[in-house]
Amino acid sequence: MSANSEVYDLNVNGQKRQVRDAWVGESLLYVLRERLGLPGSKGACEQGECGSCTVIMDGQAVCSCLVMAATAVDSQITTVEGLTSDNSLTAVQDAFITEGGVQCGFCTPGLVVAIEHLLDTNPDPSQLEIKEAISGNICRCTGYGRIFEAVNTAVSTRRANKL
Amino acid sequence: MTVLIPQSLHDALAAATANPDAQIIQGGTDLMVEINFNHRKPTDVIALRRVDEIRNYVVTADKKNVVIGSGLPYREMEHGELAKLLPALAQAARTVGSPQIRAAGSIGGNLGTCSPAGDALPVLSALDAVINLRTASQSRDISVHDFMVGVKRNARQPGELIISATLPINNGWQGYAKVGVRNAMVISIASCCLVIDRIKGSVGIALGSVGPTVIRCRETEQWLSMQIDLKNNSIVAPNLLKEFGDRVAKESKPIDDHRSTAAYRRHAVATLSRRLLTRANTQ
Ligand SMILES: Cc1cc2nc3c(=O)[nH]c(=O)nc-3n(C[C@H](O)[C@H](O)[C@H](O)COP(=O)(O)OP(=O)(O)OC[C@H]3O[C@@H](n4cnc5c(N)ncnc54)[C@H](O)[C@@H]3O)c2cc1C
Ligand code: FES
Ligand code: FES
Repeated sequence: MSANSEVYDLNVNGQKRQVRDAWVGESLLYVLRERLGLPGSKGACEQGECGSCTVIMDGQAVCSCLVMAATAVDSQITTVEGLTSDNSLTAVQDAFITEGGVQCGFCTPGLVVAIEHLLDTNPDPSQLEIKEAISGNICRCTGYGRIFEAVNTAVSTRRANKL
Repeated sequence: MTVLIPQSLHDALAAATANPDAQIIQGGTDLMVEINFNHRKPTDVIALRRVDEIRNYVVTADKKNVVIGSGLPYREMEHGELAKLLPALAQAARTVGSPQIRAAGSIGGNLGTCSPAGDALPVLSALDAVINLRTASQSRDISVHDFMVGVKRNARQPGELIISATLPINNGWQGYAKVGVRNAMVISIASCCLVIDRIKGSVGIALGSVGPTVIRCRETEQWLSMQIDLKNNSIVAPNLLKEFGDRVAKESKPIDDHRSTAAYRRHAVATLSRRLLTRANTQ
């Protein structure tokens, strides 16, 4: 399988999306934002340090700034825009609002995706597991307290929704 | 400008041999930083993410070694069978970056970059790992000590792929410890791996971030094996423990840089090595 610089397809949020006129070295973050009109994933550091660009790729939370987009042609990618199909909010997103986990909001999409991934793989995480799961997501505003509250609330909501 | 995504090791080797100048990418956690910051502008790229043969590990039939594929992500080393077989590697893997980095980063990339701060490297050194390198027509095994040549320099030849690292399943205690400015997402300021072989009565001590490449403390290893019976779990007297750390520090060759000072690094490897030796005799 190969991709050249002219055109390749990515599977994003369940849809096949064509990327045109890209340079092959472009990061997935850049392609999502600048070429596919999906600005939900944020770019702050572009060196894997801040987590604001976190997406789910083939079932793993990864930094989209560290993925070479043209190598992801056969992967399934989910961005924050694709967490629900009908523009509704997930339990995690809802909990961020009710618990005040959003201040400037720049870190929020990355955190939401990382937490969504955590709860999908570990529905009842310990506080330590929560800290570990978001250790790659930096927030400059909240001091994290309200984010931990939001995770705890989302855990309860998700549990109640399952019953 | 092309990106090849070979679906088998055979195809990957053929591609790398056909185009020795192509840029190899595994997890991308080192390479993409360089590309994002315009330090590197590759034209042809060979992505190894779909080469399943190197994203695995196998225990050899004689149960003496583990062969770890160069593309196995760190997250697969943190828990489970592999972590039981190679606890020091699991400890090192858990300290790498963040979950996002550990889902992508690999030993092949750590070896490829060959930074003195690479967390897998002291473990490979202390265990005398053997690295397998291949082209389409040739395969060679090289000791990790010979593979790591200098700061970000290694013995890989153009066109070669790093295939695996073979590590012995050890019968004694092993551990890894690292100092950084915080717990998560931190490149090491100093690190140490200690491995005790209870059958041979030998010890391996390797240090990270305190020299141009990983340092093996051969003199301290020799000295320690004369002081205590490494075949048994012997208590290390406090004065001996002190001298042990001092000797390890003396074998380190740290420098002052943006992350820390040589003096602090010397202090840190003394403390880390004492801590590991204490753990080895109490756990
Ligand atoms: C935010 C962040 C935090 C980090 N924290 C740590 C840390 O705590 N500890 C640590 O050790 N590292 C850390 N790193 C560095 C990096 O994650 C590791 O070095 C990792 O092991 C690289 O693996 P990779 O598969 O992503 O390598 P890549 O970026 O894909 O490749 C790195 C180099 O190795 C070469 N290469 C890779 N595989 C092969 C192969 N099979 N054959 C030939 N050449 C190959 C590539 O050509 C390239 O030159 C961090 C990086 C980031 C971005
Ligand atoms: S932009 Fe990707 S981790 Fe910061
Ligand atoms: S809310 Fe501002 S960075 Fe997190």
